[in-house]
Amino acid sequence: MGENMKRFDAIRKIVDSLNNEILVCNIGAPSRELYNIKDREENFYMLGSMGLASSIAFGIAISKPLRKIWCIDGDGSLLMNLGSLSTIANNQPSNLTLIVIDNGSYGSTGNQKTYTSKKTKLETIAKGAGFNSITVIKNEENIILTLKDLGIGCHFVKIEVLPGNAKVENIQLDPEDLKRRFMNSISK
Amino acid sequence: MSVDLKLYNAIKNSGIDLILSLPCIMLKNLLELIEEKNEIKHISVTREEEGVGIAAGASLCGKIPALLIQNSGIGNSINAIKSLLHLFKIPIVFIMSHRGSEGEKIKAQIPMGKLTPDLLDLLEVEKFVIDSEEKIDYIKTAVEHRTSAGVSTCILLKRTLWGKT
Repeated sequence: MGENMKRFDAIRKIVDSLNNEILVCNIGAPSRELYNIKDREENFYMLGSMGLASSIAFGIAISKPLRKIWCIDGDGSLLMNLGSLSTIANNQPSNLTLIVIDNGSYGSTGNQKTYTSKKTKLETIAKGAGFNSITVIKNEENIILTLKDLGIGCHFVKIEVLPGNAKVENIQLDPEDLKRRFMNSISK
Repeated sequence: MSVDLKLYNAIKNSGIDLILSLPCIMLKNLLELIEEKNEIKHISVTREEEGVGIAAGASLCGKIPALLIQNSGIGNSINAIKSLLHLFKIPIVFIMSHRGSEGEKIKAQIPMGKLTPDLLDLLEVEKFVIDSEEKIDYIKTAVEHRTSAGVSTCILLKRTLWGKT
């Protein structure tokens, strides 16, 4: 796992790398952390339906081919929806980057271990699913370098971090208001 | 004109512009038509719940997505229907073949087949039942209702539509 980096540190670096991308974020602690680091109209915070972040992001990517879409997913949630990797890799949207923050645990529910803390390697699964562009990041400094350098394409990026959640506020947005705000911002 | 071509034309004319599908033997000809004509963007998915997620993303972008599946797949989608589609009020269209209804020979299809209409009611997904060719224009009604009311709707295709009893 990453040296001293936690999910919160990784999300901060992802936010620092942003350049007008649409961002879809995994349910629970990741969305709360993103909301507290930088709330943006182009952020879609998943508030339910664990596992579907990459699918929602893919649906946006194929519908908005001129926008870049980044998805922040987690190891536990991606393990719930592994078929999504096949669907994305076989359809190859040229504007989607799937960023999996792998802390080897179900962070939002008490840090119970996931199988990525043992034998499972998500980058190997992504390769088998058909992704061509796969990057594994272990150091915080490499996040901005990697993300800013990604060109057109369909990318899989795994960031290894330690388990642990930052103490942050809950998201103060009503789900329907959040949806309307997101839809308005991406229709511009 | 075959039932499947009528279904295809009704889907196309309804404004549906993205189809996410999983196969069903009852949908075989329709799926082939969608591929052959290549007029509506079509993506096959690996599990129905995944399709709900993709359709939700597309709906957020103003698309009119439909999930073309067998009714057994509604069981795989329950959490996504409630905690994604309903929570955010994101409307999509389900088009489902209804296996396990009257006259079904395969026993394994019967439990979900019996449950499906009640399950849709419980999930508060409004259903439009097409059991004969005359009702194929319910597809248009279901899509219009989805858009005007901002709710997800479900078109159930019964075996009798294809003359099966």
